[in-house]
Amino acid sequence: MIKKYAQKIYIALIIIFMYAPIVTLIVLSFNASRTRAKWGGFTLKWYGELFSNADIMQALYNTLLIALLSAVAATLIGTVATLSFNSMKRQSRAIFMSITNIPMLNAEIVTGISLMLLFLTLRAKFGFGTILLSHITFNIPYVILSVMPRVKQLNPSVYEAALDLGASKSQAFFKVVFPDLLPGILSGFLMAFTMSLDDFVITHFTKGPGVDTLSTKIYTEVKKGIKPEMYALSTLIFISVLVLLILVNHTPKSKNKAGATLSIERN
Amino acid sequence: MSTRLIDLQHITKIYDDNTVLDDMNLYIRENEFLTLLGPSGCGKTTTLRIIGGFEKPDQGIVYFNGQDITNLPPNKRQLNTVFQKYALFPHMTIAENIAFGLKIKGKTKSYINDKIKYALKLVNLDGFENRMPDSLSGGQQQRIAIARAIVNEPKLLLLDEPLGALDLKLRQDMQYELIRLKNELGITFIYVTHDQEEALTMSDTIVVMNQGYIQQIGTPEKIYNEPENAFVADFIGDSNIIASTMIRDELVEILGAKFACVDKGFGQNKPVDVVIRPEDVDLVKPEEGTLEGVVTHLIFKGVHYEMEVTANGFEWLVHSTDMFPVGTRVGIRVDPFDIQIMNKPASEDEEAVAIDE
Amino acid sequence: MSKAVSKKTEPPKTAYFNEKLMTAPYLFWSIAFIIIPLCMIFYYGLTDRTGAFTLENVTAIATAEHAKALWLSIGLSIVSTVICLLLAYPLAMILAQKNVSQQSFIVLIFILPMWMNFLLRTLAWQTLLEKTGVINSILNFLHLPALNIINTPGAIILGMVYNFLPFMILPLYNSLTKIDPNVVNAAYDLGANAVQTFLRVIFPLSIPGVISGITMVFVPALTTFVISNLLGGSKILLIGNVIEQEFTQASNWHLGSGLSIVLMIFIIINMVLTAIFDKNGEGTAL
Repeated sequence: MIKKYAQKIYIALIIIFMYAPIVTLIVLSFNASRTRAKWGGFTLKWYGELFSNADIMQALYNTLLIALLSAVAATLIGTVATLSFNSMKRQSRAIFMSITNIPMLNAEIVTGISLMLLFLTLRAKFGFGTILLSHITFNIPYVILSVMPRVKQLNPSVYEAALDLGASKSQAFFKVVFPDLLPGILSGFLMAFTMSLDDFVITHFTKGPGVDTLSTKIYTEVKKGIKPEMYALSTLIFISVLVLLILVNHTPKSKNKAGATLSIERN
Repeated sequence: MSTRLIDLQHITKIYDDNTVLDDMNLYIRENEFLTLLGPSGCGKTTTLRIIGGFEKPDQGIVYFNGQDITNLPPNKRQLNTVFQKYALFPHMTIAENIAFGLKIKGKTKSYINDKIKYALKLVNLDGFENRMPDSLSGGQQQRIAIARAIVNEPKLLLLDEPLGALDLKLRQDMQYELIRLKNELGITFIYVTHDQEEALTMSDTIVVMNQGYIQQIGTPEKIYNEPENAFVADFIGDSNIIASTMIRDELVEILGAKFACVDKGFGQNKPVDVVIRPEDVDLVKPEEGTLEGVVTHLIFKGVHYEMEVTANGFEWLVHSTDMFPVGTRVGIRVDPFDIQIMNKPASEDEEAVAIDE
Repeated sequence: MSKAVSKKTEPPKTAYFNEKLMTAPYLFWSIAFIIIPLCMIFYYGLTDRTGAFTLENVTAIATAEHAKALWLSIGLSIVSTVICLLLAYPLAMILAQKNVSQQSFIVLIFILPMWMNFLLRTLAWQTLLEKTGVINSILNFLHLPALNIINTPGAIILGMVYNFLPFMILPLYNSLTKIDPNVVNAAYDLGANAVQTFLRVIFPLSIPGVISGITMVFVPALTTFVISNLLGGSKILLIGNVIEQEFTQASNWHLGSGLSIVLMIFIIINMVLTAIFDKNGEGTAL
């Protein structure tokens, strides 16, 4: 009995630890005072001013567009590559996995500066394009790692059964194999989107002057003080994702068809 | 019964350096229940996959109703497969699974619905239309896999160890079920198994395979009673296989003792292999037997006792309803009709008896 | 005597489309944006501005200022890794025992917080740690001494633990859930008490998760420049800060790359460790 309570309290403490800063930020978004150090009364002012702040809106637009485009590209490249995993020889698999692991295990700062050096050498124009390419690069492994377990679980007989029943190769793939992979692909996409959204370090090294994502914008504001509109925006994003998650998890799943799963699949 | 539905001619299949099938010739008659039987790695599944179109032979031709289908892809063949672990589509309902092939062929909705109803009735699973595969037991999934195949009205149904994943009782029920289905549908079955009992129970014809070669083709009775070589004898049921000498027609010397037999034409003083089924060994009083031995093991098996009798340095396996305690001196007698003489295998390969079941 | 029988004939695996064609885009991408950029770090790190070979950029790590930053980074990341392990292990055990669906807790611990910007989340600790902030108010209310760790290494450790704790929890949880409950039951059955069972059975079986968790926390902690920047004030320089400044302020890419090579030695050790403990090639914790 005591053990049970102790366990619950422990979980609660960790959750408080993880979420205390988030709650703080939400509270700050309603703070009438411009500094985060003191409470100046409740206000919704920042939410109103947020949408007329062109800088923040542009950064939000960049952030979302980069997240969306990089997640789509990473999902395509990663999924297609993973599909051939089952037919690879042992050695190819090892190489494949090592390459996939490099960006995962490497330090963000190293990945960031390595890409920066690449773009410098190529005399590329630093900006939206370089950020996008970098984000695709670090997103692909997340897609691969969430599609991989599904690919490994694929039963080759299922594909053959479809052929046996008269389906052409592409019919068999899209009607039978693809639906089986879909949950993994979706969760890989969402993971990639989230990672891109939250990235600062790699964007920091690969962005050009004048182009900002929310992360880099916040970083430049740190010294002068974060604009309260930023808290308001973060709160809005966080609350909408929270609501979305609750909705997804409380929608009854149709039969056993797995819906979108917001997680990394692993067996 | 005499038309050849499938005719395999000179089929050779090599994976890397491993010859899985070596110049194999086999035909299957219409309406036959033919079983490919053998230990794992003997080439039986590869044979099935070549017929199904999932593998291409390196050499040889596959004829279907007289037409060369060697290079025809599986979706163009008039046959269907029941896969080893059912291979149901996990994201589709039972009805959608069964309808898959018919939808691909563009059949009408009402036709498809009728077929689903009919097929489910046939496999005794009426009302399962809207269930998902993973909510079904293994036996039920197996029936759905069969239903999914037969709604396409194939001329030939290939079954790849379909009962392998089921427990014993269910397996026996499904054996009867399959025989019933085959008789009702009147289609040809090619059945792959490593279970010799299953093969003996169900088949019209058994093809015993080992190491890419056909060892013997025949009816279950013939395969059991008159195995052509030591491999077949050993693989099909328990047996005593003893290297012996054929002294002359109708007389064989086994372990130094002369036994009367019924076989002729092996020549004089020729080395042969003798097969004697354990139930054919009669245990009698020591002085009445052709050979004398001592009982060394005794196990009660339900319908009979299983004993091991050491006589002249050979351990005889004996099945008998009479019980002789360990240590009893007994005589061994074998009826001439129960002695099966086989030529020594021509090649070393055929002698291989490493059977991993 | 039976040569072919022992060789198991495995039918070739199903290839859906042309395998080479399908891996080509990824292979191309990896070479262009992972392998070549890494080689460039080595190129820049081992040359000077004239392009001549030199080890100076790498040996620069030995200068007092850089060595101090490196040692501080190593020290702080070891402390944070240990704290993460100590905090995460009990939690992972509880979660594994409770059979909490992996999905829901990944969302709760990993995904959801990420939707609140990581810089802002880290900065929020300043507000919480303020002299008159929330934490000190609570401590004050409980008549406990106030906590003054803003702009100290303590705050950096807190920030590291906060940011990287999930990376420790997940691999631990994964390895703990893989343990067959009957193995644990067998230990009890054979007379081991709870502590013995933990030390002799559960912990040894969770080692792959522990190693994976340590590498997942240690590398980012060792190389961070953001957390030290946000929570350490401008006085505390970690090796990450030094490298970052070489690139963004001093524009001395050669020195920055040289110092990165030193960092990469630690990363490579980590990768090797992971490879050893991840025999199935299933990838790392995530």
